[in-house]
Amino acid sequence: MNGNNVIQILFYLTVLLLTVKPLGIYMAQVYEGKPSLLSIWFGSFERALYRISGVKFEASMTWKEYAGAVMLFNILGIMAVYAIQRMQAFLPLNPLALPAVSPDSSFNTAVSFASNTNWQGYGGESTMSYFTQMLALTVQNFVSAATGMVVLVALIRGFVQKQTKTIGNFWVDLTRSTLYILIPLSLVMALVLVSQGTPQTFASSVKVTLVQPMKDASGKPAPEQLIALGPVASQIAIKQLGTNGGGFFNANSGHPFENPTPLSNFLEMLAILWIPAALCYTFGVMVQDRRQGWALLAAMLIIFIPCLLWSAQIEQQGNPLLTSLGVDQKPAAFQPGGNMEGKEARFGIVSSSIWSIATSAASNGSVNSMQDSFLPLGGMLPLWLIQLGEVIFGGVGSGLYGMIAFVIIAVFIAGLMIGRTPEYLGKKIEAYEMKMAALVALIPHIFILIPTALAVLLPAGKAGILNPGPHGFSEILYAFSSASGNNGSAFAGLSANTPFYNIALGLAMFFCRYWLIIPMLAVAGSLSAKKIVPVSSGTLPTHTPLFVFFLAMVVLIVGALTFFPALALGPIVEHLMLAGGNLR
Amino acid sequence: MLREQLRPAIMMFIFLTALTGIVYPLTVTGLAQVFFHKPANGSLLFASDGKPVGSALIGQNFDDPQYFWGRLSATTPPYNASASSGSNLGPANPALLEAVKARIAALRTVDPNNATTIPVDLVTASASGLDPQISLAGAYFQLPRVARVRHLPDETVRNIIDQNTTSRCLGILGEPAVNVLKVNLALDEFKK
Repeated sequence: MNGNNVIQILFYLTVLLLTVKPLGIYMAQVYEGKPSLLSIWFGSFERALYRISGVKFEASMTWKEYAGAVMLFNILGIMAVYAIQRMQAFLPLNPLALPAVSPDSSFNTAVSFASNTNWQGYGGESTMSYFTQMLALTVQNFVSAATGMVVLVALIRGFVQKQTKTIGNFWVDLTRSTLYILIPLSLVMALVLVSQGTPQTFASSVKVTLVQPMKDASGKPAPEQLIALGPVASQIAIKQLGTNGGGFFNANSGHPFENPTPLSNFLEMLAILWIPAALCYTFGVMVQDRRQGWALLAAMLIIFIPCLLWSAQIEQQGNPLLTSLGVDQKPAAFQPGGNMEGKEARFGIVSSSIWSIATSAASNGSVNSMQDSFLPLGGMLPLWLIQLGEVIFGGVGSGLYGMIAFVIIAVFIAGLMIGRTPEYLGKKIEAYEMKMAALVALIPHIFILIPTALAVLLPAGKAGILNPGPHGFSEILYAFSSASGNNGSAFAGLSANTPFYNIALGLAMFFCRYWLIIPMLAVAGSLSAKKIVPVSSGTLPTHTPLFVFFLAMVVLIVGALTFFPALALGPIVEHLMLAGGNLR
Repeated sequence: MLREQLRPAIMMFIFLTALTGIVYPLTVTGLAQVFFHKPANGSLLFASDGKPVGSALIGQNFDDPQYFWGRLSATTPPYNASASSGSNLGPANPALLEAVKARIAALRTVDPNNATTIPVDLVTASASGLDPQISLAGAYFQLPRVARVRHLPDETVRNIIDQNTTSRCLGILGEPAVNVLKVNLALDEFKK
């Protein structure tokens, strides 16, 4: 690996860690209802919203009421996104006169955007009208991110409160997340992206005259290029910040309009992890022990940093088959070299590698390079990071509540080892919490492995494969991992816009989102009702390097043991074939 | 329990939709059109007669020896700016090797005396199929051919390349790259 690769990685990590604290403190202010500049300006507007909507904003909800409100709001969202896609031909802002989206694809996309997955079976610029992109997809980008954040905040209240029946007000948490955190950050981000070259217009596609005229497939002259435009920047900003990942264009952030320059690329990569990382700090502030927040962040970094370095190293080596054709893949002053298939010239190897790791560690799922064309192990790392349960940063909110589920498992195991009742932050962890945490850890495994096995048995599943051999299996495994992890990235060669994949992946996304949210809210309710046990000499400290390491190992063992056999059938065997030069 | 949440759910959904789906994108559009007019409308490039000839950010297909060639494009037709896509070919896929071999053959045919090894970005497809740029190595590899076909001194062509090269941001981020479309436009201008 060359020097600049390491410098880019270090620069990225440094800026990320420096920006965690200010945003983390600010978000804690928002959720604790303390005044900030924005809440002073918009506070009366916020209260007016509640009044008109009939929200009793002083009333705190029990966990069941909270979960009911979450589900009601999300199901409304799914229905609205479905309806808008089906009716887009009759709605305004459709300059290309795009027809209605098919029922199965509409279902898939509706669940996908509401569940913060943003798996895309369709190509954005050729499927969705500007109206759909804005009023269906951008809206869900915001509120699905906010949904993840509010569930986390409710869980944190479970640790902070004592002997309380309620965990907060969903409508207040939802509105504050959107109004004071997501919209202001997205507004700034969107304008910076426009300054770099991301379009933001309601004008239709523009036709330009090619410098060198082409001929089409039948030999007729084709002297023009039709360039798709649209309100792109406003959607890309929230897509990166809200760990959504659903692109305006088919090529996502590989498209020069979605991600025009190295600077836009850096900011978009930073945005992938910014809120998930800062929420660790918010957690520390809210539980009044900042070391606990740093400890969770450290456990994430222990797994994240080696993946960054390894990915860049793998992709930088290049494709051995191209070396044998005499292609120059060595990094030098004038070229990044390496495995450039599916990567953009302005990003080269390391900016593509960092992105692939960040987007899969967080459940963002946007891409700036095509992961299907990564080398076998380079593609395995993002796949494996998703399979770890999307808790290494993970989705906004959802990553951290998932990580707290693993903390519950870790203190439980530690409790068994030392023979004491496990506690975390002064709350006793008992059988009920442990059952819920086990659900959160295990449900995604079921929805990854069983549908993958079915898909490779059924003709409808095998029909989607693009690449032959073990890589084809990896495509299917990646699809179900991505859907179940609510990630949304893909080995995009898989033709997934078919009724089989649209429905199967749609169900996986739905259950792996809401069947985790409900148990986590149950934990929040149960913890909230408990008293706080004072710290004693027998308390297991959870901010020490020992616990951080132990936690990372629990995450690794649960993830690695479950998926090793499946990974061996896909990327690992492909790596061995490629390295050994034996491709049959 | 759920029935009393129905009105808040519907009303909040409508308000948040209006806020994030209408007010927010309209605000961004308004500010973008005022302060960043050119990039907000696609960074278009115009010929001297005022006709748009492309976008500075969207590549075009070149296979004429007098022009620099860009990355391979996996869209149909190549560089289709209405349907971006990568090839998604896996590293061991025979179709990938066929595409690479075909590009090598094409590059060697138009420049048979060039014995240097071909930089990898010239024989591989980009992520978007619309990559407007190539590496400096990819440009310098083609320099002797373009200079020869156009009867220009190497130095002139090299200057045009350097003028259309972007370096790393802050000297750290991304990779230096040459904008193929801008170089080719500059070459055509230079002839006149």
